[in-house]
Amino acid sequence: MIALLARDLRLAIRAGGGFGLALAFFLIVVTLTPFAVGPNTATLSLIAPGILWLGALLACLLSLDRIFALDWEDGALDLIATSPLPLEGAAAIKAAAHWLTTGLPLTLAAPVLGVLLNLPPPGFLWLALSLALGTPALSVIGTFGAALTVGVKRGGLLMSLIVLPLYVPTLIFGAEVARRGAEAQAIATPLAALAAISLACVALLPFAAAAALRVNLR
Amino acid sequence: MSLWEYANPTRFMRVTGAALPWLWALTALCLAVGLTWGFFFTPDDFRQGSTVKIIYLHVPSALMGINAWLMMLVTSLIWLIRRHHVSALAAKAAAPVGATFTLIALATGALWGQPMWGTWWEWDPRLTSFLVLFLFYLGYMALWAAIEDPDTAADLTSVLCLVGSVFAILSRYALVFWNQGLHQGASLSLDAEENVHDVFWYPLLVCIAGFVLLFVALVFLRTRTEIRARRIKALETRARMSAA
Amino acid sequence: MSSPAAASPPLHSATTSFDTTPEPLRLAGLAVARGGVPVLAGLEAEVVPGEALILRGPNGSGKTTLLRTLAGLQPPAAGTIAPGAEAMAYASHADGNKATLTVQENLGFWARLHGLADIAPALAAFDLAPLADRPAAALSAGQKRRLGLARMVLTRRPVWLFDEPTVSLDRDAVARFAAAVTEHLCRGGLAVIATHIDLGLPHARTLDVTPFRATAAPGDAAHAADAFADDDGSAYL
Repeated sequence: MIALLARDLRLAIRAGGGFGLALAFFLIVVTLTPFAVGPNTATLSLIAPGILWLGALLACLLSLDRIFALDWEDGALDLIATSPLPLEGAAAIKAAAHWLTTGLPLTLAAPVLGVLLNLPPPGFLWLALSLALGTPALSVIGTFGAALTVGVKRGGLLMSLIVLPLYVPTLIFGAEVARRGAEAQAIATPLAALAAISLACVALLPFAAAAALRVNLR
Repeated sequence: MSLWEYANPTRFMRVTGAALPWLWALTALCLAVGLTWGFFFTPDDFRQGSTVKIIYLHVPSALMGINAWLMMLVTSLIWLIRRHHVSALAAKAAAPVGATFTLIALATGALWGQPMWGTWWEWDPRLTSFLVLFLFYLGYMALWAAIEDPDTAADLTSVLCLVGSVFAILSRYALVFWNQGLHQGASLSLDAEENVHDVFWYPLLVCIAGFVLLFVALVFLRTRTEIRARRIKALETRARMSAA
Repeated sequence: MSSPAAASPPLHSATTSFDTTPEPLRLAGLAVARGGVPVLAGLEAEVVPGEALILRGPNGSGKTTLLRTLAGLQPPAAGTIAPGAEAMAYASHADGNKATLTVQENLGFWARLHGLADIAPALAAFDLAPLADRPAAALSAGQKRRLGLARMVLTRRPVWLFDEPTVSLDRDAVARFAAAVTEHLCRGGLAVIATHIDLGLPHARTLDVTPFRATAAPGDAAHAADAFADDDGSAYL
């Protein structure tokens, strides 16, 4: 399992697509927001938690179709499927690699971008914490979506259509933690719900993703 | 004779072929009686006036929007466990019907909301849940459409239906938490103290029966179409193989 | 087919080098399907450890589908395969190697995936040591193929499945490949190879899949699985 994780991380670094693109996309979304809603700092600080969450979510979505597509095209997925590593494990590792190359950098970048949107000071910690808890769920749900659509040529749009509705609960609780944190309200309930969703997704969805992969490999 | 024998496509075609004309007749009767009764022979509500009459469309279509997804969940499970092709095709056939009912529920909800709440759209948890449910239908149908091999498509959409059901329920709770909502409480629960009055209740029941029958008839019709399409494919394959 | 120099292979001499003990490969009444369409039916074969099975048949006759079924990537439409997929190592048309990784890194990944650390035997068997530090993108087609085949040495699986392994290999590389397979057989392994050229392997037998192609005859076992292909079509009208 470590071997697969190491290889995927190495590939992400060599190809350059992993870390850089999602972060650049996130930066652009945050930069464009004031152009769309106006430079009023009061407005911006009101919508900052939501925009940062939405931007991180979309940046995450952007790189999902690479999770399995490359290994599918060059036949590596066939060979991994016939190796001693169970497909459930492979799916979990793929999700972990996606999180390390996308979710983690986004989480670290979000507070910096929060400055641009005039995020209120109490919000920085909760924004980072909510993203740290929520982005693993985004990666695992996305891995499931990528596993479903890996056999479809140019399946990126289809995958977005499937994955985005699945992101609804994570987005609601994650953005709620960030918003309440920014407004210095009680965050215990949404934080617990977000953690529960994230843990349940990480525990269960690799099985669904592996089932979908098996069907696609047939 | 067990229920599973209807999973044989030939038998399913025979039974539904015989049943469909009766089903259509019963559907037309129920809808005609229910809607006429509801629209023209019930009093106006003392608060809501005549706008309340939209419940004869809104409530049954909302019910069927959810029930269609439940039916897809059950048929998907049957496909995954027992590999009955008719079951998978019935799930495929039900999706656009369920999506349409959900859309009708959303549209009538907006029409009702305008005079009642003063706005066409309110991000109320119930309305929003239906919007999210509609998105789930779209994703499900798009996945069916995108995959060529019918068994692969049936397997993948079934997995999506299962996972999607869990996430649909999660979304429902998340939305209730997110916004407390304007929508009135359930009108039809059997144990609630404050239900709709009998005068509205009986025509509504007839309408719901009509919508259920309409759903069953449409799903039968569409499943028959899907089965015929599969039959054509099977015959083409056989013809190609005897030519080779 | 078999070269005179090769005596009966020393069976089970080095079985500890396999994840599972080599046992005979048995196909009984095997039928395979591609995309729901039956391709081959009624396959019977038995291969003992130390023996290779050469699959022959025209393009599109179902050799790849058969190999994928043996590898456990798809379930058989009918019949049985023994032993299970955990005894099989599969080399498909595609090599699954990454262009940005070096030869050494690619092989190292596959080795660790199969619980090994040392890639030297694979480098030696396919003469890849001089290329070890070169990225796979910089290899020629034949070198890429050698890299793909070298992976099999690192699998520790007793049954090797090859799909057209010699495509784009030169004569020298084909000889190396044959030598690697021969060594595998001598250690008590088995091999199933879809190929059109004569590899000169000891103890090889040939199976032409053409007679097993699924037919369109009504009542054919291959069609029993298709619920929509029964003969009485009146209900569909």
